[in-house]
Amino acid sequence: MNAQAPASRDPRLNRPEPFTPPLGDGGFFQRDRSVHPPAYAPGYKSSVLRSPRQALLSIENSVSEITGPVFGHNDLGPLDNDLIRNYAKDGDPVGERIIVHGRVLDETGRGVPNTLVEFWQANAGGRYRHRKDTYLAPVDPNFGGCGRALTDDTGYYYFRTVKPGPYPWRNFVNSWRPAHIHFSVFGSGFAQRLITQMYFEGDPLIPVCPILTTIPDKDALDRLVAPLDLNASTPFDSLAYRFDIVLRGQRSTYFENRTAGN
Amino acid sequence: MPQPLDYLKETASQTAGPYVHIGLIPAMAGFDIFEKNFSNVLVTPNTQGERITLEGKVIDGSGSPLRDVLLEIWQANAAGRYNHPADRSAGALEEDFRGWGRGGSDFESGVVTFVTIKPGGIADKSGRKCAPHVNVWIVARGINIGLNTRLYFSDEEAANAADPVLNLVEPAVRRKTLIATRSERAGKVVYSFTINLQGPDETVFFDV
Repeated sequence: MNAQAPASRDPRLNRPEPFTPPLGDGGFFQRDRSVHPPAYAPGYKSSVLRSPRQALLSIENSVSEITGPVFGHNDLGPLDNDLIRNYAKDGDPVGERIIVHGRVLDETGRGVPNTLVEFWQANAGGRYRHRKDTYLAPVDPNFGGCGRALTDDTGYYYFRTVKPGPYPWRNFVNSWRPAHIHFSVFGSGFAQRLITQMYFEGDPLIPVCPILTTIPDKDALDRLVAPLDLNASTPFDSLAYRFDIVLRGQRSTYFENRTAGN
Repeated sequence: MPQPLDYLKETASQTAGPYVHIGLIPAMAGFDIFEKNFSNVLVTPNTQGERITLEGKVIDGSGSPLRDVLLEIWQANAAGRYNHPADRSAGALEEDFRGWGRGGSDFESGVVTFVTIKPGGIADKSGRKCAPHVNVWIVARGINIGLNTRLYFSDEEAANAADPVLNLVEPAVRRKTLIATRSERAGKVVYSFTINLQGPDETVFFDV
């Protein structure tokens, strides 16, 4: 060998750079839209006028997508994950006391640490504390119906509440929502942002719900149904349901040791 | 049989519904519950950069504004730096500028506003300059999965013309759906936008 190799005719070979590990560029796995409801789902009538009709423009993840807001414990109050107490005025709310717990994971199976999870729901009678809800079931004076939590270092979250009731809504004349809790989850990048709903094992309204059945994939639908988790229940106090949430996989391990912001 | 690939599947999206305010902006639902609330005001007195108001509506396929929609925005600071550890660019970080806000539309007019600063430009992975922009995420009753779009600024014509994402939009006539229009009102800078969910001027939405 010569001390100095002759310059290659391919200029790329004269200044080799290390290539990035296959899962190391910080972007997210391409979203598999087959597990999501389509924008246009005429059985859910509100989607008809509110669904884009042009193809989405696919763009590679840039720093605008792989970053997202960072939240910390300073953003939360001490009762934010306790819907039994965070709006109690003169007693506990009416209803079945339940604990909801689980992990926020990404598609690689890693827990998503220190991420904000927000949840809201109707009360035990199926009525929301909202100026636009006029259902005849009464508002519960001791129940607000919303809360939030930060996942821990392993992605685990938990809160307690009362089980929401089903309620009628205007879609077909006899449409009823199964009991459900709404979830909003951030993840580490804005492209992971997700809103979904958790349902309860055994609810006979699940297979006839016009919103839930917008999901074309039976397995994806089943993954929104939380099983009863007797092991996590508190004897003589609360039943428990387990609900894991999976966000898009991240092609990175950068954030495993990330500390909470603020 | 090859080895199984044991990736999980993303949880399915569901609509945020008509009562999204309860969970995310309870004051708009009509009650006060949290000690600390998120809002549509991103700036503090210390925030660097030009103060701007983003003001717009989301319009459905009948031409009517959505009056129950919720928008979130995510943006860099005036130096073009996102407040997140994955942004290793050189611009100065401002610890008290999170760069994120959420706002609900007015129940009567459908108008959504954000009080923020104009972000600086950023660079993409290849080092190409990207025009200043705000990332927008839209949820509401009838929207089954959150919609991602961007707002660019009408007074950044040269930067917009060179922006690698805007240049992907074909036909080019649709690029204008992503540009907020600058005006001044009572001494304040306002950028106005319209997000059309359908129709001949349907906004460009991204699969990010």
